[in-house]
Amino acid sequence: MSTPASNKNLPQRPLSPFMIGPYYKPQMTSMLSITHRLTGLGLSFGALLLVVWLSCLAAGPECYAVIAPHLAAWYGKLVIFAFTWSLLYHFCNGIRHLMWDLGKGLDLPTAEKTGYAVIFASLGLTAGVFALSLT
Amino acid sequence: MSYRSPLGRARGLGSAKQGTHHFWIQRVTAVALIPLVLWFVYSIAQLPSADYEAVRWWVHAPSVAVALVLFVSCVLYHSLLGVQVVIEDYVAGEGAKITALLLSKFVHVVAAVAGIFAVLKIALT
Repeated sequence: MSTPASNKNLPQRPLSPFMIGPYYKPQMTSMLSITHRLTGLGLSFGALLLVVWLSCLAAGPECYAVIAPHLAAWYGKLVIFAFTWSLLYHFCNGIRHLMWDLGKGLDLPTAEKTGYAVIFASLGLTAGVFALSLT
Repeated sequence: MSYRSPLGRARGLGSAKQGTHHFWIQRVTAVALIPLVLWFVYSIAQLPSADYEAVRWWVHAPSVAVALVLFVSCVLYHSLLGVQVVIEDYVAGEGAKITALLLSKFVHVVAAVAGIFAVLKIALT
């Protein structure tokens, strides 16, 4: 691993260490932050699966018949459920981030309140989506 | 103490004036995705079935095809910017970092082109 500190040709810049663990105790706000990143990464793979699904749909019934049984299987439903919650979590927390970009709700009590709101809203919306899909 | 590298000082070049471009486009795509995500999740949940005929009939509608092209483009652009930051944060070696960034960019562009092509093919046939 070549870090800036080990390279003598570069000035000794201050490094930004990974804070959670050795320096900070895990807190609700930092856990929501890392969850935002993890769901984002997961959704990138979800976007690729969406493209595979659309491409099979465009290719014709034979191609679609290859992936359709996987979507209907228990593991397919589990993956769709995980992507639905991830998308809705990233959506709700993304709005929280946009609000911070406007300079609103940056104080700790508000950040904790909006954090809990994001958890409950993402779970509520996921439940709503699955209730809607069953009707 | 100057934080500029010797190479930077030798070249004598300053900011390219695009320092906030990544940040800004990430926000622009995020705002665009607010209505698009709501529409997409609601529409998928409302689909009568996941059968080939039912889904094709849904994508074939012009308004759905346009919204899907916008959704696929915005999602993959937003994803490209997000994955780039994750790679820059966690992949330390310079060679591995540049390889991962290039690979991510190629995969995102190929996925966007394939996704848009698939939607248009269904909509226009």
